Amino acid sequence: MGPIASSISRPYGCRGWIVLGAFAFVLFVVFPLANLVLPATSPFHVSAYWVTLIGKIMCYAIVALAIDLVWGYAGILSLGHGLFFALGGYAMGMYLMRQIGRDGQYRAELPDFMVFLDWKELPWHWWMSDQFWWAALLMVAVPGLLAFVFGYFAFRSRVKGVYFSIITQALTFAAMLLFFRNETGFGGNNGFTDFKRILGIPITTDETRIALFAITGAALLGTLLLGRWLVTSKFGRVLAAIRDAEARVMFCGYNTVHYKLFVWTLSAVLCGIAGALYVPQVGIINPSEMSPANSIEIAIWVAVGGRGTLAGAILGAGLVNGAKSVLTQVLPEYWLFVLGALFILVTLFMPRGVLGLLSRKRAA
Amino acid sequence: MSMRNTLLALILGLLAHPVLALDAAAVAKLAHGDSDEKIEAINALVAAGDERAAPLLQALADGELFLAGKRVLIVRGDESTDALTGEKVSPTPTGLEDVVANNRIRREIGAAVAGLKLSSPRREARLAAAKELAGGADEAMLPRVKQALAGEKDAEIRALLELTSATIELDSSDKALRLEAIRTLGASSNPSIKTLLLPLVARDKAGQYAEPDSELREEAQKSLRAIGGRLAWGERAGLLFAGVSLGSILLLAALGLAITYGLMGVINLAHGELIMIGAYSTYVVQNLFRAYAPEAFDWYLVFALPPAFAASALVGMALERSVIRWLYGRPLETLLATWGISLVLIQAVRTLFGAQNVQVENPAWMSGGIEVLGNVVLPWSRIVIIGFAAAVVAGIWLLLTRTRLGLFVRGVTQNRAMASCVGVPTARVDMLAFGLGAGVAGLAGCALSQIGNVGPDLGQAYIVDSFMVVVLGGVGQLAGTVYAALGLGLVNKMIESWSGAVIAKIAVLVFIVVFIQKRPQGMFALRGRAVEA
Repeated sequence: MGPIASSISRPYGCRGWIVLGAFAFVLFVVFPLANLVLPATSPFHVSAYWVTLIGKIMCYAIVALAIDLVWGYAGILSLGHGLFFALGGYAMGMYLMRQIGRDGQYRAELPDFMVFLDWKELPWHWWMSDQFWWAALLMVAVPGLLAFVFGYFAFRSRVKGVYFSIITQALTFAAMLLFFRNETGFGGNNGFTDFKRILGIPITTDETRIALFAITGAALLGTLLLGRWLVTSKFGRVLAAIRDAEARVMFCGYNTVHYKLFVWTLSAVLCGIAGALYVPQVGIINPSEMSPANSIEIAIWVAVGGRGTLAGAILGAGLVNGAKSVLTQVLPEYWLFVLGALFILVTLFMPRGVLGLLSRKRAA
Repeated sequence: MSMRNTLLALILGLLAHPVLALDAAAVAKLAHGDSDEKIEAINALVAAGDERAAPLLQALADGELFLAGKRVLIVRGDESTDALTGEKVSPTPTGLEDVVANNRIRREIGAAVAGLKLSSPRREARLAAAKELAGGADEAMLPRVKQALAGEKDAEIRALLELTSATIELDSSDKALRLEAIRTLGASSNPSIKTLLLPLVARDKAGQYAEPDSELREEAQKSLRAIGGRLAWGERAGLLFAGVSLGSILLLAALGLAITYGLMGVINLAHGELIMIGAYSTYVVQNLFRAYAPEAFDWYLVFALPPAFAASALVGMALERSVIRWLYGRPLETLLATWGISLVLIQAVRTLFGAQNVQVENPAWMSGGIEVLGNVVLPWSRIVIIGFAAAVVAGIWLLLTRTRLGLFVRGVTQNRAMASCVGVPTARVDMLAFGLGAGVAGLAGCALSQIGNVGPDLGQAYIVDSFMVVVLGGVGQLAGTVYAALGLGLVNKMIESWSGAVIAKIAVLVFIVVFIQKRPQGMFALRGRAVEA
């Protein structure tokens, strides 16, 4: 029982902290220097494409961490986390749309799509959307609140397992249909794009890009540490116990609804933050982010890396998305075959993911 | 018998006699007279109802009618014909004097030619003519329209003609005729007649009625109410039918899932793709028929059913043997693996058939529909699908309750260990049951190919809905699935009628999400020992 007792007291061992430190050094020192200081001709120069791509994958990694918290540790498989991700993204997108100001195609005070729809004033839910602090509040509060209400009712009536997965899928599907409508006031099909500024600073310059990259990296590290702290605490132990035998935990006197609800809401909030970081880097948000297919794909990132190991979620998000961006360029028609095969092979042969394979090797 | 025939021929001959040649006086008036006389002549020709007058009038409108002394010629390029007799005249005489037609006459001719074409034997020609007349016709056309109406059999043309004649009568100067027209119109259930009557009861800005005669107004009011009532019934019936139709589609899509998920507990996210495979098999069979047996093309759909079932069932059984059976008892993993399978299947179909939608044609007997009321047409394709869904439900029910395989499936569902102990080959039963569910999905694909697009993404459109139906109906229940599908279809269409399709869909999804919170076991929960299995 040695390892468990020691892991409860501290999130990482000595080696773990060294790896994290190296990771942080690469993110916050090597990348910015290689992008900003080295000339474009240098072989070590990191181009804007790579900064954006890795920034994007780091956002996905945060989502994967969030899913791993609920799926890997609490046994709740959500097929609707794309919704929370997109809600955070839309909250940020609204602010970015307001930052365009009069520089849009129609040179109007209102966002272009509203001018196009012949709207005369901002709808009510755009209230205060020109204030960054309000947007920052929304990107956390909206996914959190939705998850809290949804989770409260679902966990209270003990909806679990596949049923829960299916209704989360229905939820994101319904939201996608809603956001596709022009009347909803979120730009319909096209969503938000053509951003110009963030906090008054032009959004496409190298400096802004690398700043967003660093913030995303910090958020990822923060999420990882927070998650690690949670799962190694007593809270995490109870969560894992709920995953393995909920009834027994209940009979021991724990109110499992509270535990599940907390981790579920936290997970949604983390997704919202990831979405908010994703939008300014990628430059577009539209309802297809909420499609059920996207949300299921997130689950496979976690499964590939190895669920129930937070590092595995990051690894999985990196591997799958890395492979995706390479393959969709080289062999676009084979990407779905590869992704589909990944789903099948990982569930059949690698139930503990890549990390599971590695640790088995080490044990052998 | 023969005498009666002779008599009939004689009568017909007599009737036909006056139109053997065009009325010379009318043609002369058309050629020589002033504008008013020309219009009179046009009306006379139309009243005579000879279709041969149509080219003459058309020629006048096109400026191809010329006078050569006394003769009236139609000159088209180098050829000229005598307008009266239709004989060829060559060479074209010199010193021609053209017959002028002003815009007023051209307008008259447009309607007149349409009036003449009403007696054409070809349906398309009559339909085009009726459409032209419905756009605007004057009182002179009335007898012609009435005459055509008396002889017309086609419902679509009749509706147009009725509308035309009513329009003309309503504008008449004779009050009795107008009253009569309003009363006749009250018996109609054609929505466009309603718009025709509305101006009679309309008020202008000052609150003055547009129609000064109060008797007419009241009569119009009465007729409007009658039509409105009938239309409302029609709408209700149409809504009900649309709901049942949507329900039958949902049912077909969900039935296979009711077996694989409901009975076996396998979350098969590739279910939609099994439907797609059925649809593509139908497409292949259609192409084979077109290539090798075009004369039997109308029956390809019937012959497409077995291949659609077999193709999906084989794919389903292969999946069960290779992937799904390793994951029994691990629903979340099954969910992910079958999602992977669905991606592979979609891409495979894209590679084989291309990413574009393919064309699947309805057989002739499925096009058209039954007109129940003026504003309700029940399309045959929908009726066939409702019937087909009922047949499939009956088939599955019989299979599950009346055959040995059905007995085994139910036994394995209820208590796998016990079934195995008494010698039921559970692995084989699993495979067959999964194959059956997949095959039913294939049948659904065959049916759905007739009413929607067939493309690689076809399955994705149905998968969420199918799961909703099965979950709502309650797992392990065939009857629950049927009720849930029909209920969802009706509710969806009802909300749709006042809020639009997307909102209805969202409302239904939210309803299901809320419903499952209240009753996680579905509408019809299994009771007793089966629950514990």
